[in-house]
Formats: sequence, C-alpha cells, structure tokens
Amino acid sequence: MRQRWFQWLVALVGLGWTAVAAAQLVVEVTGATSRALPVAVPLLVGEEQLPQPLTEVVRQDLEKSGLFRLVEVGGMRLPEDLVPDYGALAGRGADAVVAGSVQGAPGGEWEVRVRLFDVVRRLDLGGKVFRFSGGQTRATAHRIADLVYETLTGMPGFFTSRLAYVVKNGNRYELRVSDWDGSAAQSALISSEPIISPAWSPDGRRLAYVSFEKKKPVVYVHELATGTRRVVADFRGSNSAPAWSPDGGRLAVTLTQDGISQIYVIELGLNRAFRVSRSGSIDTEPVFSPDGNWLYFTSDRGGSPQIYRMAATGGEAQRVTFEGGYNASADVARDGRGLTYLTRVDGRFRVVYHDLTTGARQILTDSERDESPSFAPNGRMIVYATEIGGRGVLAAVSVDGRVRLRLSTTGGDVREPAWGPIPQ
Amino acid sequence: MTVRMRGWLAAVGMAMLAAGCSSTAVEEGTASVEERGVATGAIPTPVGGGAPREALLREIADPKHPAHARSIYFDYDRYEIKPEYQNLVVAHARLMSKYPTVRVLIQGNADERGSREYNLALGQKRAETVKQALVALGVAAERIEAVSLGEEKPVCFERSEHCYAQNRRADILYEGEF
Repeated sequence: MRQRWFQWLVALVGLGWTAVAAAQLVVEVTGATSRALPVAVPLLVGEEQLPQPLTEVVRQDLEKSGLFRLVEVGGMRLPEDLVPDYGALAGRGADAVVAGSVQGAPGGEWEVRVRLFDVVRRLDLGGKVFRFSGGQTRATAHRIADLVYETLTGMPGFFTSRLAYVVKNGNRYELRVSDWDGSAAQSALISSEPIISPAWSPDGRRLAYVSFEKKKPVVYVHELATGTRRVVADFRGSNSAPAWSPDGGRLAVTLTQDGISQIYVIELGLNRAFRVSRSGSIDTEPVFSPDGNWLYFTSDRGGSPQIYRMAATGGEAQRVTFEGGYNASADVARDGRGLTYLTRVDGRFRVVYHDLTTGARQILTDSERDESPSFAPNGRMIVYATEIGGRGVLAAVSVDGRVRLRLSTTGGDVREPAWGPIPQ
Repeated sequence: MTVRMRGWLAAVGMAMLAAGCSSTAVEEGTASVEERGVATGAIPTPVGGGAPREALLREIADPKHPAHARSIYFDYDRYEIKPEYQNLVVAHARLMSKYPTVRVLIQGNADERGSREYNLALGQKRAETVKQALVALGVAAERIEAVSLGEEKPVCFERSEHCYAQNRRADILYEGEF
C-alpha cells in the first residue's frame, strides 16, 4: 500500500470541456405517481426547419419527471393560435395539450410560440414566445418543458438545471456536468486521484469541489465555460466540504489547520478564511440557508453525528435532528422549507426529507447505502447516490416519496451528485 | 552511526550549495564542510537532502524494527489510540527524535460506510490523535502534518468487518514517501 503513495501520478487532463461520447446517464422512471398527468405534446408546426429536434426533448423531460404521462398523438400538429379539438384530445385521454409552432426570425434565429390548453376544462392556460439560435435548441426545449411543468403543477420546473457528479472507473475519477437527466454530459476534470463534494455556484457557472491530486484534500473553484480553476483552500491539514453562499461571494469549507475539522467561511474576493465554528468536536458539511444567514452542518459534539444550525457568522449552535444515531450530509431546499440528509437505520444509510415548517421527517428510500442527497432547484425532487448490483448509481425521489427515478449509466461507479441551480 | 554521520555531512554540503557557497567549499570535501558547520554553530537544514530520510527509511525497512509497522487501527466511529498501538507510537516518536529533520505525514482513513465528508473528518481526527500522541512524546508539531484521505483510499475492498477494520486506520509516512 505504502508503495502507492510513492507512485502517485496525477494525470489532470481535459480541464476544459470534453464531450462524453459514451456511458451517458439514462433516466428510468422506477416509481411514478398514480396521479401522473396525461399530456399531449404534438410536434411543433414547422419543427423540420430546426437543426435539432425540440419536441422530443420536451416530451422526455416531462415523462422523466415522473409527474406526466405522454398521450400518443401520432402525426398530429396543433398551432398555438387555433382552438384545439378538445373532444378529440379528451378521446385520446389527454388532460392537457401543448400547442406550438416555429418560424425563422431575423439574424438566423428561430422563434417558437407555445400555448397550453386544459382539455378537461376547455381553457386556454396561456403561452410564451421563445427566440433562440440553433445551438440553443436543446436549452429552449428545457425552458418549454419548465413552462409546461409550472403551468400544470404550479411549481417552478427544473429542466434547465444541470447535474454535476463523479464517475469512478478503476483509478480514474471524472467530474461530469450534464443536463438534469444525465444527457449531454461533458467532462470537467479527469484525475487519477479522488474528486468529491462538487458544489454549484448560485449562478451555475462555477463548481467548487475537493480534489486529492495534491495527496491531500484541497478545495478548488472551477469555471465551467473556460475550464480554468484555482485553489481556494489549501491550508495545512485537510480542506473539504465547500458550500456557496447564496450571493456567490463566500464559500463555507471545512479546514483542520487548528487540529480538528472546523467550519470556516472564505471571502472569495478577499481570499481570507474566517473560522465560524468553535467546538472541540467534528464540525463539517456546512450548507447555507437560502437567506445566507444560517449554516446547517454535521457535528458529533453530542456523541454521534447530527445536523446542527448556527449563524453564518458563528456563535451558538442549535441541534436540528434528534431521531437516530447518525444524521449527516444535509442539503437545504432553496425555498428554505425542507432539509434532506442521510440517516442510519439498522446499519443502512437512507435519505430523509425533513419539513422544517412542521418538523415532520420522512425516510424516502429503503436502500442499503445512500449518500450525498441534493435538492432540485424547486425543492420537490432529491437526487442521491445509491448502489444497485454492487455499482454506484444515481437516483432521484420526490420529497413526497411518490416519484422515483434511476439515472443509470453503462460504466463505472457514479457518485457525489449535486443538482445545480436554474441558470441565470 | 557512520552512515548517519556521512548523510548528515552531505546534507550540510547540499544546504551550503543551495545557499550559494563557493564551489571550492564543496570540493574541499566533507571534513572542511563539517568544520564550517560547527564553526558557525548553525543547525544544518537539509535542502532536499535525501540522506537522513533515506537512512530513516533504510532503518525501518527491517521487519524487526519496532517502527517497521506504520498503521494504527481504530474502532468503528472512534478515534482513540487503542492500548495495543501505544508501543508503536513510542517507537515512531523515538525514530522521529533520532532523525529530527525528517518531515512526517500522517494520513487518517475511514471505512466506507456513511457520509464521505464525515468520514473525511473522522480520518482527520484519527490522524490528529496520532499527531498529538507524538507531540506529547516530544516531537515538534511543525514537523508533522495530519491529513485525511477519508474513505477514498481503502486498502481492503470487501464488504466485511475484517476489511472495514483494516480501512479504519492512520498511516505514518516519512519524507520521501509522500
């Protein structure tokens, strides 16, 4: 074993974008709500002109969310400026329909007009116009899917958000960024040493993460568009667990320069670290509340790892979790109303949703070894790492436990998911 | 002893070379280097000088050496040094005082169960516990860096208590090994 420390070869390749050709994640709905809404999404009138398919992406987003069921409409087209044949659509079993068309716009751009109709109540639910260049077809499809999701569920969608995760293949660690469903994956970093704890900046442009390429954990911030990155925490000892403040100006991290793991806040503009937790126990895994005023974190100050909360400037901590002998890896929903974390039940690690307004706590999974739960930007879904057939995979579950997705890939262990924000 | 002395002198020579001493000083041989070192009363600092650390590693390569073993194992979710490892800690403290210029890295590790970041903190606490035990035995804290590899670098890969126990450990590494 010790020989290996000698031979540590850090091969950092592809700091910029590298498209991942094979081994993409594939979303499979493993448990859908019985209330999945039947929706018809006909091809856009004039869709053939587009350089890439659009409607198919909208359909996949809706179907993979687990909240919608696609109604077969064959070759039907439905322009947004005509009243649809409600009777025929109801006959096919649709409760809602997405009508739309695309036409060329000045400057080589495209314009898509979409409108939603409630087939049951025969209502026009409103529409929207999207102007975009050919390269933004996929992104536009995600925005249309968000519009459908928001109109029909009353909650903001998450289809434009992205996922960051790590794939381990032998001694090869790859940090990837993909669409929310694992498609269009790109490689941000490849290393022969572990990469853990990716965390999205609030603007979705940067990732902070922990890399072991310097033979110890060091925190980096990586600009996704350019592939440039810089060390933000390389202090004596270990540096880990980065979490962004909501304004993107501060990074909470765990440092050990005073011995035990304690939480610090780094002012990114000043490049200075301030210690905020002061305990003689392990304090780690900080995450900011959406208003930036609080830090939730894991501490073993009570004798076992539990979730606590303290002011983001430091001070006294309040214990948040009381059930079970192991609660760790908290994430806070962006509306601040819910927490998700890992809990140990009979030696098994499972994902919990903890409603902060009522205090109700629900164990959402029944797996053996779940890790790293992370909220979707609308706080309604949680992605987490789990294990199926001895291999690391990603899965997602709705906070009510009704919708279950599995994001499977063909090679390697997939782990450390972080669900990104809606891009600004 | 003679081996050590020669290593020491070579280190002094390299330090002087690095400090920009004249080439004649180096050509004069080890004896004159020794005189100058003693005359100034300076404590020689090996600048990338391999000699003491190589001597240290040669010494503990002997399986019968009390500091041959490098790993201290811990119980689940614990970080106290168990009684059976106290002698090993003492042996390494002695080795460190014998080679006072060699830097030390202690890597803490955890088994794979549960949160990766919490396991990183647990590994850190284990490494720090070993560091503090060495400091209590007179080793300068500045020489020792305690870091954690968490659950990321297991030596045993099965899902069994036997393997988990091997992965809950702190390894003492000497300069040249990291």
